[in-house]
Amino acid sequence: MVVSTTPRPGARRGARSPGGGPPRPGRRGLDRVTALIPVRLRRLGLPYLLILPAILLELLIHLVPMVVGIAMSFLKLTQFFIRNWSAAPGAGLANYEIAVDFDSAVGRGLLHSFTVTVAFTLLAIGLAWLLGTAGAVLMQGSFRGRGLLRTLFLVPYALPAYAAVITWSFMFQRDSGMVNHVLVDQLGLADDRPFWLIGGNSFVALLVTYVWRTWPFAFLMLMAALQNIPSDLYEASAIDGAGWWKQLRSITLPMLRPVNQVLVLVLFLWTFNDFNTPYVLFGKSAPEEADLISIHIYQSSFVTWNFGSGSAMSVLLLLFLLLVTAVYLVATSRRRSDA
Amino acid sequence: MLSAVTALSGGDNAGGTGSTTADTPSPTPRGTTMRMRSLVKAGALLLAVSTSIAACGAGEGGGAAATEAAAPKTLTYWASNQGPSLEADAEVLKPELARFEKETGIKVNVEVVPWSDLLNRILAATTSGKGPDVVNIGNTWSASLQATGAFVPFDDELLAKLGGKERFLGPSLAATGAQGQPPAAVPIYGMTYGLIYNKKMFAEAGIEAPPKTWDELIATGKKLTKDGKWGLAVEGASVSENAHHAFIFGQQHGSELFDASGRPQFDSDKQVAATKQFLDLMAVHKIVNPSNAEYANGTQAVQDFTSGKAGMLLWQSITSSAKAAGMSEDDYGVAPIPLPDPSQGGKQVNGMVAGINLAIFKHSENQDAAAEFVKFMTGKQAQQNLNKAYGSLPTVTDAYDDPAFQSEHIKAFQQILATTAAPLPQVPEESQFETLVGTAMNQLFADVASGKPVTEEHIKAKLTEANEKMQAGS
Repeated sequence: MVVSTTPRPGARRGARSPGGGPPRPGRRGLDRVTALIPVRLRRLGLPYLLILPAILLELLIHLVPMVVGIAMSFLKLTQFFIRNWSAAPGAGLANYEIAVDFDSAVGRGLLHSFTVTVAFTLLAIGLAWLLGTAGAVLMQGSFRGRGLLRTLFLVPYALPAYAAVITWSFMFQRDSGMVNHVLVDQLGLADDRPFWLIGGNSFVALLVTYVWRTWPFAFLMLMAALQNIPSDLYEASAIDGAGWWKQLRSITLPMLRPVNQVLVLVLFLWTFNDFNTPYVLFGKSAPEEADLISIHIYQSSFVTWNFGSGSAMSVLLLLFLLLVTAVYLVATSRRRSDA
Repeated sequence: MLSAVTALSGGDNAGGTGSTTADTPSPTPRGTTMRMRSLVKAGALLLAVSTSIAACGAGEGGGAAATEAAAPKTLTYWASNQGPSLEADAEVLKPELARFEKETGIKVNVEVVPWSDLLNRILAATTSGKGPDVVNIGNTWSASLQATGAFVPFDDELLAKLGGKERFLGPSLAATGAQGQPPAAVPIYGMTYGLIYNKKMFAEAGIEAPPKTWDELIATGKKLTKDGKWGLAVEGASVSENAHHAFIFGQQHGSELFDASGRPQFDSDKQVAATKQFLDLMAVHKIVNPSNAEYANGTQAVQDFTSGKAGMLLWQSITSSAKAAGMSEDDYGVAPIPLPDPSQGGKQVNGMVAGINLAIFKHSENQDAAAEFVKFMTGKQAQQNLNKAYGSLPTVTDAYDDPAFQSEHIKAFQQILATTAAPLPQVPEESQFETLVGTAMNQLFADVASGKPVTEEHIKAKLTEANEKMQAGS
């Protein structure tokens, strides 16, 4: 209290009319500027002012490259113009026409890659979610070594993508890889050493590596969500005679629904767009059976040095993902409001 | 965020209406002042943040320019991978770069870039206008990269600084860009393909001389293929190796990759036959380990050869890799890849004009220093030291007085380069050919390795696809 009654020059001056107090030019200037802004606006403006840096950065990092990419998709941006984009002639919709012309090699390749990606995404999300849920539910009760196991489970998620995936690519090598060593030499499951990095098995190799990397995220999210389910629900249901399975179906899973809604969406967007895993696993040219769409677009751009065409494919991908996201959000929120 | 802000201002209001005694300074205005002050603070903070962002944005260009102005004597150099590993290459280059710095005071920061990344990295540097000052390129890309306008053209004036056009060997100089234009780059390492064979394995199998015809090569390969060892090693998933072989065997069958008007014809019957001839080494004759279909980084086939897992290799010089693996020059021989029977048409070609060129980026703010570096790298001493280390051929005539370049291997390569090697077409679309056809062949090798029957129709379909993509892109 004593402190607050001690008159401080700044406070005193603030009580007087602007421009009146002892002349300290810097402050007076600021006071005058502030006075010009109406109180209402000042109050309303503060939140916007505070999120302004975030908006600016968002524009700079996300929106600007996206707009540039969209602009590129309407240009004939070939090797003759990559040094000076502004000189590239307009292509109209030609880049899009090539991408969706499924009779041509380019369109067929894109469609094939799209199908592979859809299959990959569905399987990867399903497996990651299943493993994550199972892990989280089984780790719910406390037992000795739970902390250690939790940490261990999170390791794949904590490892840098490159280090983790390159290790898998070594393990998948046909002659010297550990996978074949275990499967063929030690367990004797096959006579001939299978290929994992080329041919049909490459899809399996990609799926295993990706799920291994991703399921800890699902595990982490669901583990956090489980902490929020009140334990008296379980106690009450136990008194009513509900078993473990009944509790899981009637309490745990419904209570996890809001988290699952976000989790599945995030996993979908990540998986559909994943570039690192196939790029590190297969290098520059992914096998056709595991030709995920983002790496396909990357290759298409660099193969013919036609970056306009690659951008058009990216824009199509963006539209597709936006559409799926919108439909998903509408569908899941309607279901929730129905419930 | 929003709720926190509301809570704050709510608290402020409460304080404002809480006490209004006359003799104490009114808290209401103080509250306002404080809020105002925090607003001002927030504003100042914002200003600071946004200026620092702007500074970051401007800093990259401005900062780089500033450092260069202060220390104009630093160059960035991307070297290609010539030896057994990126580290080994860096070790080879180190003493030369140190010598350059001693002579000129210009420091060179070198990065050895693997083949699988090099072309894309160069494209990215071209597109962004940011990258190294000097770069090694595969000489077959010269015309393609020339078309982007990314490199400083070596006009007569610049060439004169390097001692004139006459100093350079003809075949190597022919692979530096489109005809009638000043070279986009100058050759530093000359190379071509040869049949490299393991003398000890040949002796053990009772083979006296390297094969002279394709049938002999297959028979030799079959003799060598036993006990987990293979006749020949290929880099089956390497785009550039595959493309080079597609070209060499295509020439043998009389195939031209582009017709007279410059349209691609990758799927001609002759090119299909050439591709099949190469794939059949694994598919039909079974003298190549199917695992080779996985080899992608450009060093694994050589390792199979130097470790004795395969007896032959269709390759450029392997000197530094052999040395690193403890294989002496006497342990292996170099012979020409068998030529086709002249009566069956086609061309008497068994190699391509391969090699490495050195180019200066136009975006370099250090072009004088870069030219100085090119002069050094094409100078007699550096040419001798580096080509000796890599087992490649000097590209300037005056470097040949070193006895090291009179060795059997070097002479064999020299002979092939001078007589039966053809340059890849020097057209802007060349590198697209390499990527498209090389990738198609990667997939064909994968099909062969996983036991799928690879027929002429199948090969043709793949090559037609490459052809269509080429046309769609241009």
